[in-house]
Amino acid sequence: MEGTFIINGKEKTLNFNADERLVITLRNNGYTEVKNGCSEGECGACMILLDEKPVHSCQIFTASVQNKNIQTVKGIGDLYLPHIIQNAFVEAGAVQCGFCTPGFIVATYALLNENPNPTEEEIKQAINGNLCRCTGYVKIIDAIKNAAKSIQKERASL
Amino acid sequence: MKNLNIIGKSKKKIDALSLATGNAKFTDDFYVKDPLFVSFLYSPHAHAKILNIDDENAREINGVVDILHYKNVKQKLHTTAGQGYPEPSPYDTVLFDKKMRYVGDRVAAVIADNKQIADNAVKQIKVEYKILKPVFDSEEALEKDAPIIHDENSYMPIPVKYEPEHNLAAEVEIGFGNMKNGEKEADFIIEKKYSTHYASHAAIEPHSVISYFDEMGRLVIITSTQVPFHVRRIVSKVLEYPLSKIRVIKPRIGGGFGGKQEVFLEPIAALITIKHKRPTKIILSRKEVFQSSRTRHPMKITLKTGVKNSGEITSLSLNALLNTGAYGSHALTIVSNAGSKMLPFFNKVKNIHFLGRSAYTNLPVGGAYRGYGATQGYFALNQQIDIITRKLNLDILEYIKKWHIRTGETSEVFKALGEGTEGVTQTIHSCEMDKCIDLGAKEIDWYNKRKKRIMTGEDKVRGVGIGFSMQGSGIPLIDMGAASMKMNDDGSFNLLVGATDIGTGSDTILAQIAAEVLGINLDKIIVLSSDTDITPFDVGAYASSTTYVSGTAVKKCANKIKNQILKVAANMLNSDEKNLTVANEKITDTTKNKSVTFAEIGSYTLYTKDQFQVQASASYVPKLSPPPFIAQFAEVEVDKRTGKIRVIQFVSAVDCGVALNPKLAEGQIEGAAVNGICYALTEDYKFSKSGKLTNQTFNDYKIWTAADMPEMKTIIVESDEETGPFGAKSVGEIGINGPLPAIANAIYDAVGIRLYHAPFTAEKIYSELNILR
Repeated sequence: MEGTFIINGKEKTLNFNADERLVITLRNNGYTEVKNGCSEGECGACMILLDEKPVHSCQIFTASVQNKNIQTVKGIGDLYLPHIIQNAFVEAGAVQCGFCTPGFIVATYALLNENPNPTEEEIKQAINGNLCRCTGYVKIIDAIKNAAKSIQKERASL
Repeated sequence: MKNLNIIGKSKKKIDALSLATGNAKFTDDFYVKDPLFVSFLYSPHAHAKILNIDDENAREINGVVDILHYKNVKQKLHTTAGQGYPEPSPYDTVLFDKKMRYVGDRVAAVIADNKQIADNAVKQIKVEYKILKPVFDSEEALEKDAPIIHDENSYMPIPVKYEPEHNLAAEVEIGFGNMKNGEKEADFIIEKKYSTHYASHAAIEPHSVISYFDEMGRLVIITSTQVPFHVRRIVSKVLEYPLSKIRVIKPRIGGGFGGKQEVFLEPIAALITIKHKRPTKIILSRKEVFQSSRTRHPMKITLKTGVKNSGEITSLSLNALLNTGAYGSHALTIVSNAGSKMLPFFNKVKNIHFLGRSAYTNLPVGGAYRGYGATQGYFALNQQIDIITRKLNLDILEYIKKWHIRTGETSEVFKALGEGTEGVTQTIHSCEMDKCIDLGAKEIDWYNKRKKRIMTGEDKVRGVGIGFSMQGSGIPLIDMGAASMKMNDDGSFNLLVGATDIGTGSDTILAQIAAEVLGINLDKIIVLSSDTDITPFDVGAYASSTTYVSGTAVKKCANKIKNQILKVAANMLNSDEKNLTVANEKITDTTKNKSVTFAEIGSYTLYTKDQFQVQASASYVPKLSPPPFIAQFAEVEVDKRTGKIRVIQFVSAVDCGVALNPKLAEGQIEGAAVNGICYALTEDYKFSKSGKLTNQTFNDYKIWTAADMPEMKTIIVESDEETGPFGAKSVGEIGINGPLPAIANAIYDAVGIRLYHAPFTAEKIYSELNILR
């Protein structure tokens, strides 16, 4: 099959099988920042934003999201222009192996868009769909708190 | 530590931003043109002989390139354990066997043009089995009439006891003093049986490997491994393919925890590439990782202690039986570590007996797992001490402080127990155990909570418990790490290390060590690690060795570089070397108040006069394995109505020497502690009656998310380990030892039930509470 998608702001036409999951289509087309940890909708490494909502891309048929807006972690910020959230993860020591990190950044981005001043409990609930085996979450939670503060500061200074 | 600029600072992990932006590449992120894909057929039987494989129908499917099984692949015995050579693990494995030893054992591999074709073709292979009687229990496996699991020619490559005809995969025994006298001296004997359970490492990146021929016809293997140099050796030996024609590259690794210290996919990928001259990709599914990679070995422990009324332990007998599953990977060294890491802790015990055995069973295969036997051993010891001190009405914290090994002291166990061989004699150079206990107890408010059974609801009651332990820093006289460095024109340096960063941050730590020695900023060190064609050797990331072993190699190497630079600077400044100091990326003659920058030196040595490459290399083999120490505290809340248990607070206070990068050190402890907490409460392998793993998804095998987290606190208690690089010891494994016993002891503190058998599920607590009622 062939279909059109808006990926990180750019219109893309991609080939895919009828029963293909979005994580596979994305990875096959070079979006390897979307990781595949379990293919069962549990680990969250494949998390992307679909029309601004965080979803596990391994649980979505590619064919079902044609013409929709897809944002990966690279659409949030890249090596040359990182997002505040990405810098916050780096500063807090929240990145160990980093395999889960793109998914956590996506979940955090969605959270802070909706709720710029989350409580610790709200943070924990927002990343409840993401597994990390390295950090024990302590520094990830720190990073999200710091990112929220930095974003508020930035907004205040505008 | 004085006057340090880079060491002891929480420098940002050098690969963190690349990872956080999705730039960094893991194995499956590398592009190879037109690869072959592999799907495995696994045994549905726990114990069976294959009478015949009929792959004709499968081979006829369009897109199927080849099918590998016992009929067409040479059977070369080896071990999948990525350890030093010769490995202290039995050679009991071949790539494709005629005999199946657990549900999930590898029958065949389908190689096809895409994964879907391979998956479909697997279903078309017809296998005729002769089903054999299985054995699942480690004690039953050692009984006389038990079915024999390894009846081929398996053997042990080192001279230690190995009796596959009795399902005995390993045995180690040591003793000191006189047990009978020790027991006679005692006022009472406490003998308890404990058991620990299966667990998956559950690294979020599944095991992955890509192999291909490069433009010169050399075989390249990109793999998610902790042991790239062992991969090269094992692939070469198993395939009888020249080592010189193999290059192993370790990209970013998505977590290891011991699970990627196993070499069980690389030889197959390599074999396919060699046979079909095409790139090959093997990426395990999560189900395959659970079932057919490696696990934490379950252990049964009988601990018998003779105790005086004063609390003094007069005899200690440790009997540990490891269930190694179908193959004996790490079967000797893990059971041995249950003794070697645990017995020296109370080094005043004069009469000791330790018997460690590993039994083959028809269950999934054990392997290295963070903690490596110490986790299992300390589960028993910590509860036993809780039992003893409660019986004698002694303060457990004061008891541990009174009896633990301390600086300047030794234990006979260090010498007696090594990794398949004798160990080394060592005295302790640094130990801040007392401080760990005091600071941890203060943080959790121990004395206001212990034995108080504070009610927080009609049926909810709280308790606190402690889990202490020590680990090691590498394997003395066996582990080797090496580094090489060269200087560039601008005063920057390439640092090449064999050491394997699997997410721990070792690339960063090693760069910090080099930068500190040379008095330069971290960004002037360009690290490249773990490429067998480019970097020097290193045994890899295991046994808590990288900071201590590889770190010392880097420090030695950087010192050699420094000496070369000083000589050049002396020439350039026309000074005596004695008057030169190195700091801030320059070398200054303090008597003349003149200096040259590193950039000037770099340029001078390459372009100006008496040109040469400033370069050095160094290796390090540790003579000792200085233990880090930890005290971990859990506060739990038990719902007496339902048996449900909640961890309220968890505190770890660790002495890891000087924390070279405190944030990264904390991260190691936090990650290990949470892994340990879920191991204690929710993680377990559930088997059907026929030995099939039934919970092989993250939905059914629960590892914690952020929402499950208790309040966590990690306290770094610094000591100065004079034998380590800038005072450092290890920190990678130790944090996983405490949660299991600390939680068990806290449950006892709350409701008075003693859980000898992990994990601590609500069902178990509920039924124990019912017995009490």
